[in-house]
Amino acid sequence: MSLFLQLLFNGLTVGSFYALTALGYTMIYGIIRLINFAHGDLLMVGAFIGWTLLTTVAIQHIPIAAAIAVALLLSMAATGILGLVVDRFAYEPLLRGSRLSILITALGVSLALENGVQLGYGAGFKAYPHLLPSVYLPVGGASLGVTQIGIFALSLALMLGLYLFVHRTAIGTAMRALALDQDAARLMGIDVEGVIRLTFFIGSALAAAAGVMMGLYYSEISFTMGFLLGIRAFTAAVIGGIGNIPGAMVGGMVIGLLEAFTAGYFSSRWSDVAVFGALILMLMFRPRGIFGERVVERM
Amino acid sequence: MALLEIDRLHTFYGKIEALRGVSLTVGEGEIVALIGSNGAGKTTLLRTVTGLERARQGRVAFAGQDITHLRPHAIVGRGLGHVPEGRRVFSGLTVAENLMLGGYLHRAVPRLLAERSARVFELFPRLAERRGQLAGTLSGGEQQMLAIGRALMAEPRLLSLDEPSMGLAPVLVRAVFAVIAAIRKSGTAILLVEQNARQALRLADRAYVMETGRIVVSGPAAELARDPRLRAAYLGGEVTA
Repeated sequence: MSLFLQLLFNGLTVGSFYALTALGYTMIYGIIRLINFAHGDLLMVGAFIGWTLLTTVAIQHIPIAAAIAVALLLSMAATGILGLVVDRFAYEPLLRGSRLSILITALGVSLALENGVQLGYGAGFKAYPHLLPSVYLPVGGASLGVTQIGIFALSLALMLGLYLFVHRTAIGTAMRALALDQDAARLMGIDVEGVIRLTFFIGSALAAAAGVMMGLYYSEISFTMGFLLGIRAFTAAVIGGIGNIPGAMVGGMVIGLLEAFTAGYFSSRWSDVAVFGALILMLMFRPRGIFGERVVERM
Repeated sequence: MALLEIDRLHTFYGKIEALRGVSLTVGEGEIVALIGSNGAGKTTLLRTVTGLERARQGRVAFAGQDITHLRPHAIVGRGLGHVPEGRRVFSGLTVAENLMLGGYLHRAVPRLLAERSARVFELFPRLAERRGQLAGTLSGGEQQMLAIGRALMAEPRLLSLDEPSMGLAPVLVRAVFAVIAAIRKSGTAILLVEQNARQALRLADRAYVMETGRIVVSGPAAELARDPRLRAAYLGGEVTA
């Protein structure tokens, strides 16, 4: 029982990272039908921006909570802007072209980001400063880290905020409208390209939040961290139902739990087998995903 | 000066010239019908005017200002509303959300949107009953009402409608035409593309006939309705009007 609880806590923490990252995949796929291969790398860039901020002198002289908040917010803003710039200059000119050219461009952006960060920061791991208290609460024989609670709570808050934004505001409604019919959205007076840019900003900012929290949780980051994480988060988006926001949240948690339980009861070597095996089963028996309405299209 | 002035417009789809120098005007408060068979270029003309297609050559002016190269959302902002072919309501959004999007440009003024949606609900009481329902679950006639109501939310000075009666039962076709007449009464000019030429000519002040990307005939609607050549081609032979 204590092992089960421990794995549950670990799984929900990792699941939070996947869920935040999967949201970006699903939102971008939802509005422009692009699998943004660079999305995991934007998370990585966010983690590095957070690292830079947290290791600079200025920020070390303010209280830890404030330092983390500043690093998180600035990293989200900067990575959001980077995502927006990528969309504006790499993807937007190709929106009316073939789907293949924009997909290949996304791969190119991914490589450019990884190699750019490698060039700037070096190929080695970067150690995140140990800022969070190692306080654990005993729960049913397992130990629940205060950090884990914080990560889970902040992720839920961001996801709830996103959900309310998309469902309760005019711009959020415009986002859903243009996912359904771009030309009709234009006829409503919606600046479609502008809303797409905003979607990239939001998706990238959420990925950056996950990146900074991952750095704080795992204590180290590297320029390759975004690749496999991105693929797993994309799997989460597909399992939840690509294009569907609650689906990405649930899918992220499912992947996190699957990974944690496989690692705990079998071996962490099997976690990728479990994750991608689940993807294959989902695609065989319910290709629309848990919440999805649309059939996943071939890219 | 006319409200909408289209001057020798050329639009291409790849190498195919869909519009071959179309000129057309719509005056303030006027109903102008555009008729012609499938593939004549009527929809292309409306899509070019609304900015969804790019004109290769020619000029579109609205209220005296050149709008040829503006993006669609900017054109809507100038007061040119459009009800697209096939209705194109947002099927996964509610009726209320669809209407709200129609007034998207005025989203900062909730009071204005509330007033206008009240007016739309007055015009289409059925929509009021179904405001919380997903648009995709509405009947064809209700979706057409929603598409028109949505365009009215922006209070356009000119409303273009592309085949608003398509696929509707005769009783609904009459309802749609009655609504168009009511919209004009409120001072909005109408550019109406219709397959149902007979009804369109009865309602319109003036009309244009398009064939393979060109305007071939134009004049007062009543005159065109009596033209024997048009009657043979578009009005199904004998007309008892």
